[in-house]
Amino acid sequence: MTNNVVELRGVYKSIHDLEILHDINLEVREGEFLTLLGPSGCGKTTLLRLISGFEDPTQGAIFIDNKEVSGLPPTKRHVHTVFQSYALFPHMTVFENIAFGLRCQKVPAKEIATRTADVLKMVKLEKYSERKPAQLSGGQQQRVAIARAAVNRPRVLLLDEPLSSLDYRLRKTMQIELKQLQRTLGITFIFVTHDQEEALSMSDRVVVMQEGTIEQIGTPRQVYEKPQSLNVAKFIGEVNIFNGEVISQQDNKQVLVTILNKQCLAKSERSFAPGEKIHLLIRPEDVRVWGQSEVTESEEMLAATVEEVIYKGTTVDLMVRLTNHQLIAATEFFDEDDDRLEYKLGESVWVSWTPGWEVILPYEG
Amino acid sequence: MKADNSFKTFALSIVWPWLFLFALLPFGLVVIASFMGHNESNLLALPATSQNYSQLINPLYLLIFEKSFFIAGIATLSCLILGYPFAYIIARMQNRWKNFFILLVIIPFWTSSLIRTYALIAIIKAKGILNTLLISLGLIDQPFSILFTNSAVIIGLVYTLLPFMILPILTNVERLDTRLIDAAHDLGASRFTTFARVIIPLTMPGIIAGCILVFLPAMTIFYIPDILGGAKSILLGNLIQNQFITAQNWPMGAAVSTMLTVVLAALLLIYAWVNRGSKKREWL
Amino acid sequence: MKLNSFPSSLYLSLVYIFFYLPILVLIIYSFNNTQYSLIWHGFTWHWYHELFSDGALWNSTWHSFFLGITAATLATLIGSLAAVCLYRYRFFGKQFLNGLVFILILSPEIVSGASLLILFTLLQLRLGFLSLLLSHISFCIPFVIVTAYSRLVSFDKNIFEAARDLGANDWTIFFRIIFPLLWPALFAGWLLSFTLSLDDVIISYFVAGPEFQLLPLQIYFMVRAGVKPEINALCTVLFSLTFVLIVISQLILRKKT
Repeated sequence: MTNNVVELRGVYKSIHDLEILHDINLEVREGEFLTLLGPSGCGKTTLLRLISGFEDPTQGAIFIDNKEVSGLPPTKRHVHTVFQSYALFPHMTVFENIAFGLRCQKVPAKEIATRTADVLKMVKLEKYSERKPAQLSGGQQQRVAIARAAVNRPRVLLLDEPLSSLDYRLRKTMQIELKQLQRTLGITFIFVTHDQEEALSMSDRVVVMQEGTIEQIGTPRQVYEKPQSLNVAKFIGEVNIFNGEVISQQDNKQVLVTILNKQCLAKSERSFAPGEKIHLLIRPEDVRVWGQSEVTESEEMLAATVEEVIYKGTTVDLMVRLTNHQLIAATEFFDEDDDRLEYKLGESVWVSWTPGWEVILPYEG
Repeated sequence: MKADNSFKTFALSIVWPWLFLFALLPFGLVVIASFMGHNESNLLALPATSQNYSQLINPLYLLIFEKSFFIAGIATLSCLILGYPFAYIIARMQNRWKNFFILLVIIPFWTSSLIRTYALIAIIKAKGILNTLLISLGLIDQPFSILFTNSAVIIGLVYTLLPFMILPILTNVERLDTRLIDAAHDLGASRFTTFARVIIPLTMPGIIAGCILVFLPAMTIFYIPDILGGAKSILLGNLIQNQFITAQNWPMGAAVSTMLTVVLAALLLIYAWVNRGSKKREWL
Repeated sequence: MKLNSFPSSLYLSLVYIFFYLPILVLIIYSFNNTQYSLIWHGFTWHWYHELFSDGALWNSTWHSFFLGITAATLATLIGSLAAVCLYRYRFFGKQFLNGLVFILILSPEIVSGASLLILFTLLQLRLGFLSLLLSHISFCIPFVIVTAYSRLVSFDKNIFEAARDLGANDWTIFFRIIFPLLWPALFAGWLLSFTLSLDDVIISYFVAGPEFQLLPLQIYFMVRAGVKPEINALCTVLFSLTFVLIVISQLILRKKT
């Protein structure tokens, strides 16, 4: 018996003949902070609604605590949702909002009072219990929404883009708070967002979704440093993509490839056959740009001209164009004293990257 | 998903039967009745016949129909001309008295139109206020006898139905995006052009709603022509009233009612067809 | 535009005068100490005395009120259920119901009246209180539906899902969430129905019976018969009543929006 609190096996969902989700297989571990990440329309919200019970899968099975729940209405699943708009009951006080679920379960009044007080303390809103939602700020409303769901001690808390309507500063604060709250409550969180930075900073594991399928599941580091498809690589962070061909497979998990008529050794977990077409991915922060005067041995580097220099405060972004007209992005930390970073537009430069940070993927037509 | 449907079932099992029994069924009965005959002992008798409809082609009835159409049309037009500027001005008011002004329009809207029609008599009759005023101002020497003419009926209809024209236009103008007017001015349009080519088209839904809300009742309210137009004034409403109550010719009354409904339904369909592209239909 | 100018104000004033002059005249003449003349003959309460001692009129008034209250209440109940169904559920014939409400509001009262008359005759229902009640409820329901529905549409739809998520069934949702938020609109709908019922002439004309006389019908017959001054007093009273009702309803609606 695994301790997967939620499991989806072979789940498909279509609405009006439009396929929204395709062959979803997912295991959610107890106590983890799992994020469903993907662009709008990728099906992540639908997936959430399948777990909460507001939709039924067209095919496949969903398990909560190893019991199949297909057909069970939301009222009977031990899973609660925090909605994007918070959906607080406007005519009820904070206390009544939080107590609502408990009252529906016919919990005795004394217990309702204690549990509500406890959860209010956890979200730091003890003094606000008699206020109405309209009298609270956005961040406070959100905490009430979470409290209202959490007080019922669900097995999983589902959060549907709860931070999207907040401004930047508040978002950052709430991200930290939510993470801490999850640890305090000890409940499994399934969090939905389209913001990859948010996903990376808050999650134990990230599920990257595109067009109704799961592209990759992994820790934030795994999905960032070892993307398993172009989609994942492109969606999370910036990436430069080179097309090339395998010359031969080497020992030590290395592959000899040719990129733009230059040979280089690349690290790869996978094995490839000679002649196979591949993509070589490298993130901008791992790209090195050298001026003409700094470099003596340039055979293994790529020639380029500087097209754009964007100063961003802590970093400088460079857009350089290679001889095959491909545009490459490079990000370097800005150091005032380092005149290596004073690039002029049109200047000729050499491009290389930190070895070992590249990712090789099979060619995707 | 097996949700608990008991509330929905309960609610619908009250709503549907009621509406069927008291809205749909009666109308169906009218149509059926229009194909029946009658005699001394039965208000409605078989066999089925279309004689009522063939009688309707009679120029006498057609004349009544034409007259009702004409009077209702003039009343609607008058309401539009009088009501549009009024609604526009109030809708665009910025001061804190605006709600008060709107309330002043709503009050007549809710007051019994029978009472208001009756109140008109004192004003327009031969020895009424209007004539007294005009004579004392020296504008005329003989009193107008407006009462018991078509003009009286039209005035009565306008008086009763004007709020029905004003309120839809008012809500519509309130939703008008004033930036569009500013944009038009900014691009060099004169006031008249802005009005004709920006404001009118944008407020058209309100105008049409108002016209429908005025025209339909104007065709069919019977007590206004009855009180203000006297015995001579027979419009569609009076005709139907007459057939059912006085002449006891229910099939005929039903036939006129059916024909009326068909014409009005046609008007509504035209309205719906014209509006078919626009966003979700909103109730007023 | 020229909105705050003198011509606008003048225009507004003229239209308002048009609206209110006849009513004001009516009110003034209800205190006029004369039977038929329009010249002022001195202030009097005489017509009001006549009014209040007219037993038949009191009877009709009581009947109209009783009918109005009953019809408005039942129409509000049925209409609120219909509005909630239209708002929350999908069901067979929903589009049709939508259209039907729209049609019912616009359909000429005379056709409704005649059709109900035929219905009751066929059902062999004697014309009287019951026929009036059934008819009044029926023409009020669409107005309640529209009033309630407009208010429902302004809710955040998610609160219903949140309630379900937390374990509430539809009955709980109706009584603990919908009703507390909706009641101002239901009250407005009730008032609207009450007023419509109180003022109805056309439909009542067709379906009323001899025993249950109604106020508007009685006024109608009085006006046709030409008996005047008492009517002035009566109209003044009714007008004031409507006025008060409207102010109350607007105050309540404003407070809760």
